[in-house]
Amino acid sequence: MSGPASSGTGPVPSGTGPVLEVEDLQVDLRTPRGTAHVVNGLSYTVGHGETVAVVGESGSGKSVSVLALLGLLPARVATVTGRALLHGEDLLTMSPERLRQVRGPGAGMVFQDPMTSLNPVLTVGRQLVEGIRAHGEVSKADARRRAVELLGEVGLPDPGRAVDRYPHELSGGMRQRVMIAIALSNSPGLLIADEATTALDVTVQAQIIDLVEKLQAERGTGVVWITHDLGVVAGIADRVLVMYGGRCVEDGTVDDVLERPVHPYTRGLLGALPDLAAPAGPDGVVPDLATVPGVPPAPTDLPPGCVFWPRCPVRSDPRCETEQPPLVQVGGGPGALPHRAATWCEDRTPGAASAVDRTFGAASPGEGGS
Amino acid sequence: MIVFALVQLVPGDPIRLALGTRFDQETYDALLARSGLDQPLVQQYFSWAGRALTGDLGVSFRSGETVTSQIAERLPATLTLAVASILVALVIAIPLGTLSALRPRSVVDRVATVLSQIGISVPEFWMAIVLILVFAGTLGWLPSGGYVPLTDDPVGWLRRLVMPAVVTGVVSGSVITRFVRSSVLEALGADHVRTAQAKGLTSRQVFTWHVLRNALLPLVTITGVQLAYLLSGVVVVEIVFSWPGLGQLALQAVQARDYPVLQGAILLFAVVFLVINLVVDLLYTAIDPRIRR
Repeated sequence: MSGPASSGTGPVPSGTGPVLEVEDLQVDLRTPRGTAHVVNGLSYTVGHGETVAVVGESGSGKSVSVLALLGLLPARVATVTGRALLHGEDLLTMSPERLRQVRGPGAGMVFQDPMTSLNPVLTVGRQLVEGIRAHGEVSKADARRRAVELLGEVGLPDPGRAVDRYPHELSGGMRQRVMIAIALSNSPGLLIADEATTALDVTVQAQIIDLVEKLQAERGTGVVWITHDLGVVAGIADRVLVMYGGRCVEDGTVDDVLERPVHPYTRGLLGALPDLAAPAGPDGVVPDLATVPGVPPAPTDLPPGCVFWPRCPVRSDPRCETEQPPLVQVGGGPGALPHRAATWCEDRTPGAASAVDRTFGAASPGEGGS
Repeated sequence: MIVFALVQLVPGDPIRLALGTRFDQETYDALLARSGLDQPLVQQYFSWAGRALTGDLGVSFRSGETVTSQIAERLPATLTLAVASILVALVIAIPLGTLSALRPRSVVDRVATVLSQIGISVPEFWMAIVLILVFAGTLGWLPSGGYVPLTDDPVGWLRRLVMPAVVTGVVSGSVITRFVRSSVLEALGADHVRTAQAKGLTSRQVFTWHVLRNALLPLVTITGVQLAYLLSGVVVVEIVFSWPGLGQLALQAVQARDYPVLQGAILLFAVVFLVINLVVDLLYTAIDPRIRR
């Protein structure tokens, strides 16, 4: 467990600067139907102890963008360009051996589906131990002791016995805790959680989020939390990045984005949240849930202008259809973190925000913003 | 029961065949009575089945030896060939199937696919004859056939084993290659492989413990099936290489309408299948913790 102040003397440095700086990340995947431009110029920074939530609907490129960081996309089909500096070291250009060393101690990753992300034929302990022993001379007995310790830290009951269990003997929530234990086993400076709680029920989800927040507070880990659950975002994130069509369409602090959304897509997303406080009509019927009509564009055939243009309810500017809007600052004071959005639409009526406030005001357990 | 019925359905009179062309009615009747063939079929079945349970499979019509001793005599040759063939098959199949799976649609994969297709399609007798022509005929390196026990002449044993083992091994190996390829491909695509990579394991560790280890299950199944098939005697190959195994024995028994021997051999094949399936199931529990209870 490297303290926040320890300077980078180990094989994987951990300083006080930004943990992760992603610049102009682009991912193209070769598919039978042509090249899919899945991530198109994504840039963001994750500071020490900071949680950045990446939100967007399925197919917006969230998962691919983080898999690309650790080189976990199949090399035969994926082309990754841009820069991704982990503690100042570019993940995208480092040697395969260096990348292997960084996976684990540099960045740990928790995947979406705990049912399939663990190897069914190896014990939980064995899967933890091999990760620990891959990064340093640790005896089997010591690694096992550490594994038991980790399982206890992530809240597995009776870790001494759980360590000899096979994944199928554990519930989904327990398996996800094991995944988190694996991701944290080498005390990474960065934790990437790819829809880590999507497959879990709400109570377990809340426990896992608490767990990550606790570990983050203890170790100062930077967290990239990928989700499409805005309730989770409100609970855990410091900053939010909204992805659509492989681009960042809006980013800023959790308060700015959730309460003062600018981009029509963000507003649509927030408007689609069920409002528990919405009054029922005189006949007792709750109004239909708002939706964003249409589907995201196919990454093989992106529109030339604003990626959201085909579905946008408020498109008005002639540039929407032909010219890609740049990501520009729309709010956030000089002292505060910037709030940026990529849209030609200047209308900033906070229409969706009131419903959002009501929903999150009641639901968010954590403190939200930093 | 099925074994028994099928054998009885084979046309032809075993006593006539045993006696040759010149015999009188009295000898014929006497032999018929002694072999029990004058009894009603149902009674024949139950007396045979009853004796089979005690390990007595009867006496050969043709040679007068007991069926058990005839089978015991042939068993070592068949075992030798089956084990050697399965080893050849695995030595071919595991690397080839793995390589194809690691580089799907590459040159290696295409070559392996074509080769295994050829291996499955080419008739065994043809491959056997070509091998004999080349290695026994033109080059004169290996004897064209026969069998000597390992204890008598280890070198001769090996020299005679090579060609039949290669022929049957190539055929089984071609089938197994396909299975290895698809099961390794499937294992490679599993989510937990990504987890293993994300942990920072070396690619060798990932491959050994998270791909091969998981691809082992289907491999055990298909190897068991192939081994059972090989143990049931590979008739054609045994004939071509004059390999004195069970397949050859069964074929001779059919030709001579030697019911007890044929029934005994088929019963043994059935038992072999059952035993191998049992062993495969037991191996499963050792390999896959999900099956343990």
